[in-house]
Amino acid sequence: MSTPTIPEQGEKVTDAPAPKADERPEQPSAPGGLAVLARDPKVLAVLFALLVVVVSAAVTGSGVWPGGWTVDIKTPLNDLDNWLVDNREKSPIFLYFLLHISNSAESSVDAIVSLFDAMGWVGVTVVGTLVGWAAGGSDLSRRALRTGATTLGVFVACGVLEMWEATMETLALMTVAVFASAVLGLLLGLGAGLSDRFEKMLRPVFDTMQVMPAFAYLLPLLLMFGVGVPSALIATVIYAAPPMARLTSLGLRSADPAALEASASLGASSWQRLWTARLPLARKQMMLGLNQAIMMCLSMVVLASLIGSEGLGDEIYQALGSLDVGTALTAGVAVVLIAVLLDRTTAAAGERLDATVNVGATKLMTRVRLAVWGLVLVLIGVFSAIGSSLGEREWPEAWTVDLTRPLQDAVDWLTDTIGSGVPVVGGTEVWAHGFTDYMLNPLRSGLLTTPWWALALLVAVVGWVVSTWRAALTGVICLGLIGVMGLWEKSMDTFSQVLGGLVVTVAIGILFGILAARIERVERMMRPVLDTMQTMPQFVYLIPVIALVGLSRSAGIIAAVIYACPAVIRITAQGLRYVDPAAMEASRSLGATGRQQLLGVQLPLARKSLLVGVNQGVVLVLSMVVIAGLIGGGALGYDVVQGLSKGDLSQGLPAGVAIVCLGIMLDRISQPAGARPRE
Amino acid sequence: MQKKQIRTTLVAGIGILGALSLSACGAADTSSSGGKDDKVVLAEPSWVGAQANAAVVKKLMEDELDVKVEAKQMDEPVAFDALDSGKADAILEDWHGVPKKQKKYVDEKKTVVSGGDLGVVGHIGWFVPKYYADKHPDIKNWKNLNKYAKDFRTSESGDKGHFIGAAPSYSQHDKELIKNLKLDYKHIPSGAEAAQLKEIQRLYNAKKPFLTYWWEPQWMNNKIDMTEIELPKYTPGCEEPPAKAKCGYETNQLEKFLNADFAKGNSDAAKFIKNFKWTTKDQNEVAGNIAGKKMKPEDAAEKWIKANKSTWEKWLPKK
Repeated sequence: MSTPTIPEQGEKVTDAPAPKADERPEQPSAPGGLAVLARDPKVLAVLFALLVVVVSAAVTGSGVWPGGWTVDIKTPLNDLDNWLVDNREKSPIFLYFLLHISNSAESSVDAIVSLFDAMGWVGVTVVGTLVGWAAGGSDLSRRALRTGATTLGVFVACGVLEMWEATMETLALMTVAVFASAVLGLLLGLGAGLSDRFEKMLRPVFDTMQVMPAFAYLLPLLLMFGVGVPSALIATVIYAAPPMARLTSLGLRSADPAALEASASLGASSWQRLWTARLPLARKQMMLGLNQAIMMCLSMVVLASLIGSEGLGDEIYQALGSLDVGTALTAGVAVVLIAVLLDRTTAAAGERLDATVNVGATKLMTRVRLAVWGLVLVLIGVFSAIGSSLGEREWPEAWTVDLTRPLQDAVDWLTDTIGSGVPVVGGTEVWAHGFTDYMLNPLRSGLLTTPWWALALLVAVVGWVVSTWRAALTGVICLGLIGVMGLWEKSMDTFSQVLGGLVVTVAIGILFGILAARIERVERMMRPVLDTMQTMPQFVYLIPVIALVGLSRSAGIIAAVIYACPAVIRITAQGLRYVDPAAMEASRSLGATGRQQLLGVQLPLARKSLLVGVNQGVVLVLSMVVIAGLIGGGALGYDVVQGLSKGDLSQGLPAGVAIVCLGIMLDRISQPAGARPRE
Repeated sequence: MQKKQIRTTLVAGIGILGALSLSACGAADTSSSGGKDDKVVLAEPSWVGAQANAAVVKKLMEDELDVKVEAKQMDEPVAFDALDSGKADAILEDWHGVPKKQKKYVDEKKTVVSGGDLGVVGHIGWFVPKYYADKHPDIKNWKNLNKYAKDFRTSESGDKGHFIGAAPSYSQHDKELIKNLKLDYKHIPSGAEAAQLKEIQRLYNAKKPFLTYWWEPQWMNNKIDMTEIELPKYTPGCEEPPAKAKCGYETNQLEKFLNADFAKGNSDAAKFIKNFKWTTKDQNEVAGNIAGKKMKPEDAAEKWIKANKSTWEKWLPKK
């Protein structure tokens, strides 16, 4: 369950050194393209590899990994499992280290829940609104008022939707999780930003942390930290810390060299330089990292409920058991609202910090701000003392609206209407069958009949052509690992689904990206929709998806497409919009039509961000494999889910590792050489 | 200004970390906060029948015994770990789906003890919808399944019949059974109970044929009519090892499990949970109200409690 990492995409787009002209054919569509293509050795290599694949698949007809080349990983994992269970209360590792972590995690979340509880709904709403206003600048500017109003609106909406208690529990877990991920991310980011070696060591770790499905490491966490809040919290931190760390490191590294030079020439020691120049200059990226960390924490809310922690995720998960989409959707809306709240508040705080630095703050303003924060602290104290006497602790029942029924009816109506029997077009069910028959099944059998060595050759060649020989090598090693673990067939099944999903994602993403880039109104209308698609917990739409296309691989792919599209759309639109205006202007003055402009100028010039979009599509689609496993995707995703729900470490973990291998392989061979800063 | 802010933040952070590490010098407290004296924690799996158990027990214990009860969402294996560590006090409905953990905790570590039967009988089997069985009466025996395989084809199963498998955490050996009985079907697992229920609801509404892993008690049985396929008879141990399984499923007395310390404490709460025993019909009534009629669990429990005083009075510990 990875979450889109917009700033990282930004990072890749903006910080990529321009590719050298001789690195790869720049303009495949240039006149005489075919002739140029045929002369290019790299293209020839790809064609050759493809030929090998097709011929060998046709000749051998089966692509099974040799049985003797697998390693038994089940036995050691089972041993580890047993050891953990036996030693949980005895081993010093637990007594002096792990249990402290889990106890303090639990007590800090408990403390915040009881604080909210003691403050009552009035207190939480008042203090929350005040904090929002203070984050926006605590003055009468539009920004401050808007942030405050958003906060107030979100709290009221959660109350009205009858989700007050669950929202408070989620908010408490979020507070601790965000704090922990920010601290950890900051420390790692400092290390990576200051030391090249550290950065090199950390990069694969971060990749793994983000691509590894959380389901796969929930189980070892459960064994170490027990059920409930601690495991959920640690899983969340593992997942949410990387963007914070990456952006911190990026900020430190991209600090203006002139400013650093100036500070060095003034005789500042390296510590002083870090303190006075580099950290302040990296502030903007760090805020962005915090913002991303928050979004990722939120996406783990539902997962946390699988292992016994409470809140909105629990509401969603429970509702699904009785197919109550209305309730799940209501809780999902509350999650989206919290995301909006936290996103706007941190964004406003970031903007304000920026403005303060640029313009400077008057003494008066600084005092006012300090006073407001003081007031917040005082109010927290006051409310927690008298909050309970201000009426009920929870949002009053009389002020709620039950939307679950109408929502349920609306969803049912929609899925029944377009599910099947639509005249002419046939309905989603028919399409899904077609997609399975003509896309997924051939892809899967193709991959399964290709011998492993031919596939490895193809991966190597594509990696070398698109990226570097290092990427090619990484890709092949990943494939090999999959084979050694004995998961070849399942991985190929998953791989075929990822490819199918990718095609759809990229097609939709680029289409809407073009629309958004060219028509401002479309862009504005799409923004809230995209936000919702990214933050709405996937569990909510799994059931309606089944109503649409049945329990099948297509259902999983739809879920993946919903999740991965926003990022691709955004990157495409951004890339197109940033195309050099002079080039656009020139083509317009030469009389190019809108279409010619798009095809001849904009798209070729935005080629690199399109490729980044594809790369993000790959990673995001892959991150949905596990979710797809919940609704008929089977293969690796199902193994991971079953490993967790049966408590079988030796089934879940290797499948999770195989997903990571697929992810790293796909990422490396789909990432154009220039897009990643040279290692 | 900037510098100052960063410094303040860092100082605060270091302060917190310092406080944390100071507290970390001694050995950690291994006992957990959950459920020792102040409240009882029930492990509640995600299916609706389990919600019905928990809702009724919670309501009665809070009203009659004045004990605070918390029901926590957990699947069976997680729940067993929680019983072992004391984070949960009781599972009310266990389908014997994690024999390894049961053996480890109940027989070897003795941290978990049986709380007796729930009274509800669990039955698993293969089912087709009644409208299909009425049309093809001889499908009721597994030996005739191959004859009808083509009716069950989908784009997922290719040229074989589509068998809708169970959710990942459920006891199952369908895949092996299909292989060992040489059936012309492809086992396609459901990733979650909710997914399977929705799929069955969809196919049922469209009156399409389907073959599935299905069970009782299950709230949806009040809404749909299913016919069981007769599988080779179950004999103890016939499904072990799963690779050689050639039989149907055991009809199961669903069992309660308690954390050993909680059970030994013999509090009113523990006595009550040991006494708790009702019938499949009772459970389906409450579950049906929750899932079918979309009542809140506590309201559904209250409704049942009002109508069945004589049943639950027996569960209260004798004074």
